[in-house]
Order: sequence, then C-alpha cells, then structure tokens
Amino acid sequence: MANKTIVTAPEGKQELSIIPEFDAPRELVFKAFTDPEIVVKFLGPARFTMTIEKWDMRTGGSYRYLNSDSNGNSFGFHGSIHEVLYPERIIQTFEFEGLPESGHVSLDFMRLEALPGNRTKVVMHSILPSVADRDGMLMSGMESGMNEGFERLDKLFSQNLVR
Amino acid sequence: MEARRDIFHAIADPTRRAILSLIALQAMTPNAIAEHFDSSRQAVSKHIQILTECRLVKQEQQGREIYYQFNPEKMKEIDQWLEPFRQMWEDRFNRLDRVLHKMKSKKHGQ
Repeated sequence: MANKTIVTAPEGKQELSIIPEFDAPRELVFKAFTDPEIVVKFLGPARFTMTIEKWDMRTGGSYRYLNSDSNGNSFGFHGSIHEVLYPERIIQTFEFEGLPESGHVSLDFMRLEALPGNRTKVVMHSILPSVADRDGMLMSGMESGMNEGFERLDKLFSQNLVR
Repeated sequence: MEARRDIFHAIADPTRRAILSLIALQAMTPNAIAEHFDSSRQAVSKHIQILTECRLVKQEQQGREIYYQFNPEKMKEIDQWLEPFRQMWEDRFNRLDRVLHKMKSKKHGQ
C-alpha cells in the first residue's frame, strides 16, 4: 500500500530525481497531476491549505498557488509551463516566493511511463541554478516533515474524504 | 541542530554560498575572499564568521596568515536532510495513491 519513492540527489550536483510508482494507468496519473481539483488533495503539505490562484496547465501556460497555515502565514509558488504532452510529459519551472531574492528557479521534467499491469512510473527530474539551490530544495523537506499532520490527513483520505 | 547557526542558515545567504564555492576550490585568506565581492570587508568578514560558527568553514594558521577552508564533513549533514525530503514526497504520493484508487473505483462503477 505504502508508496515506495526513490529519491536521488548526487552530492555536488545541481539536480535531483524523485521516482514514485502508482498502481493506476498512466492517463489517470496524468490527470491527477494536471487537474487542479485533484492536485490540491495531495500536493500541499498537511498543515497547509493549498489555494490555487492560477492553473493553466497547457504548453505556454503558467500556475500560481499559495500554501497557507492556520497562523495566517502564506507561501507562494509559481512557474511557467513549457510543455504539456498528454499523457507522457510535463516540463515546467518552479519557484518558491519566500526566498530573500527571486531567481532560484527549478526546471522540472516529469515523465510518465506505462508499466505492465496498468501501473505507472513517474520520473520527476529537477535542475537548479546551483548546488546550494539544489541543497536548499532538499532542506525544504525539513520544514514540511510534520509527520503527525500527514498521518492525520492520510486517515481522512482513507475514510473517504475524497468523493 | 544548533539554535540559529545551523547549516540551513549558513547557506540561505547568496554571498555565503558564493564564499563556500570559492573556498571549496582552495583555502583562502580573508583578504583574498573579500576581493571577490563588492560588499565591504566587514560585511564579508561577518559572513565568514557565520560560516565558521556553523563549522562549514575551518580556520588554519599558515605562518602569519589565516586561511579559511571548506569543511566537507559538515556539508554531509545535507545528506541527512534527504530523508525528510523523501518522506515528504512519499507522504504526498501515499495520498495520491488513495486519490487514484478512488478515481479507479469510480470509473469502474460507471
């Protein structure tokens, strides 16, 4: 049941990869990553409310969303959509607006591979402007690593919060 | 992790990241480091001090000069941050698993 995700981040490189597999056909996984109503159900960290301000998931489009916590803190994220090729590829940029200066942008490649048995492997590959930016991205996990919160939300999901 | 002077604080600043990239190649004196920046000597020296407090930078006395060198051991702490990052994504994907499961059963039900 638990998703086994491979994360690789070679030391001293500007890139990182996140490779999960899902027990669902590629078209469905693609829909989950591109449909804003589905995206808000899994992408935002549990203690944040994810609000989508703009979501134009087409080649040449763009997106912006906010993660807000209960203390009134809000963090913005935005990017441009370079290419959306159904159902196999999404290429986009990603920037966290909470950094002291802008420009620390990640170029994200997402490739969906159909596996036997209606399974799908997703290869997410990000390239950042510097090794320090890459390492900073890895450290962002620290802030979101609030596992109790996640566990609580996981329970809600398993108890049919989703339609 | 120490209260404020942790590795994240150290590399949060672009000047400090630039200093680290410089001395990762070779140990340098404070003057040689300062020459690479437009900011004042004092400002650069403050950045070096923070990096030293975070133990990302080590001092070494060579004759009359102090050389600053990069401490790769400390940088390895970043490896330990990989785990929460992986966990964060795995948690997201576990939620997605459930969403996909629901989507599939809905489809079959129609």
